[in-house]
Amino acid sequence: MKSQTFKFAFQKTIPIMAGFIFLGATYGIYMHQSGFNFLYPTLMAATIFGGSVEFVIANLLLGKFNPWLVFFLTFIINSRHLFYAISMLSKYRGTGRKQIFMVFGMCDETFAINYSTKVPSNIDHKEFMFYVTLLDYAYWVSGAFLGGVLGGLITIKLPGLDFVMTALFLVLFANQFINEKSHFSTITGLLLTFITLFVVGTQWFLLVSLILMVIILRIRYHREVAK
Amino acid sequence: MTLTEQIITIAIASVTTMATRFVPFFVFPEHKPTPRFVKYLGDYLPPAILGILVVYCYKDQILTINRETLWGIIAGTITLGIHFWKQNMMLSILAGTASYILLLNFVHF
Repeated sequence: MKSQTFKFAFQKTIPIMAGFIFLGATYGIYMHQSGFNFLYPTLMAATIFGGSVEFVIANLLLGKFNPWLVFFLTFIINSRHLFYAISMLSKYRGTGRKQIFMVFGMCDETFAINYSTKVPSNIDHKEFMFYVTLLDYAYWVSGAFLGGVLGGLITIKLPGLDFVMTALFLVLFANQFINEKSHFSTITGLLLTFITLFVVGTQWFLLVSLILMVIILRIRYHREVAK
Repeated sequence: MTLTEQIITIAIASVTTMATRFVPFFVFPEHKPTPRFVKYLGDYLPPAILGILVVYCYKDQILTINRETLWGIIAGTITLGIHFWKQNMMLSILAGTASYILLLNFVHF
């Protein structure tokens, strides 16, 4: 049962393996080119585990020490995790000590896979979510390590491979759309984000969309309760 | 920046990121009943987040219209088309990514 669950989790994370090792290595190489040895990308990947923030911190490390800026930027970029955590409260519960790691490792891709995947009856669902978290974490950290070590020797060039992430989210979105009874959330989320992207720009649109979505759901919740 | 300042910088980023993931679990602990609206969010927010993440992936191609936008739309359509046809996740992602790489590297105008 355990090995079956692991195998199933591995299959589901193969696209993420391609994406994370590639992007992680890109990050490691970027760190190398910025003058940091391999320990920096590896440890940052392992302790922060948030792709875009790691690139931002790499830049900040080259400037003047500014702890408040580090805090502020990290919080803004990663505040979306708050919403993932609210969504996973009940799913991650009852997993004991593993829950700590599952929450620690909850990135966009792990969240999306763990939320969306319908597991067959011979697979332990909680164990599956743990393995997905573990594998995705391992892919990203080893990618960053490889990039940091090999940074001076190789340059990875396969323009377009990062589309694997877009394809993954498209497919998860499609699965959600096929299986759901009401399309209210999916369509509202899509349109709302599209509009906020134009109105507030790339820096803020994720957070603004998520907050607006919570407000919209709050109104909808009141209407449903009132009925 | 000294080594100590570097370590503090990385530590702040790490602890802040952890906080964004852990705080809801502390605010709504297991032994207390979770407010009904928070449970409601748990049901209706994730589908919206999947939509939000799709737009997130396309953000640069949406804001700057160029040939990558076109390849993104074509490869996305191929991904979805094959997915609705075969319902095989790996196949859809593989076909979509392969077509994007081919278009980006070999089709120039």
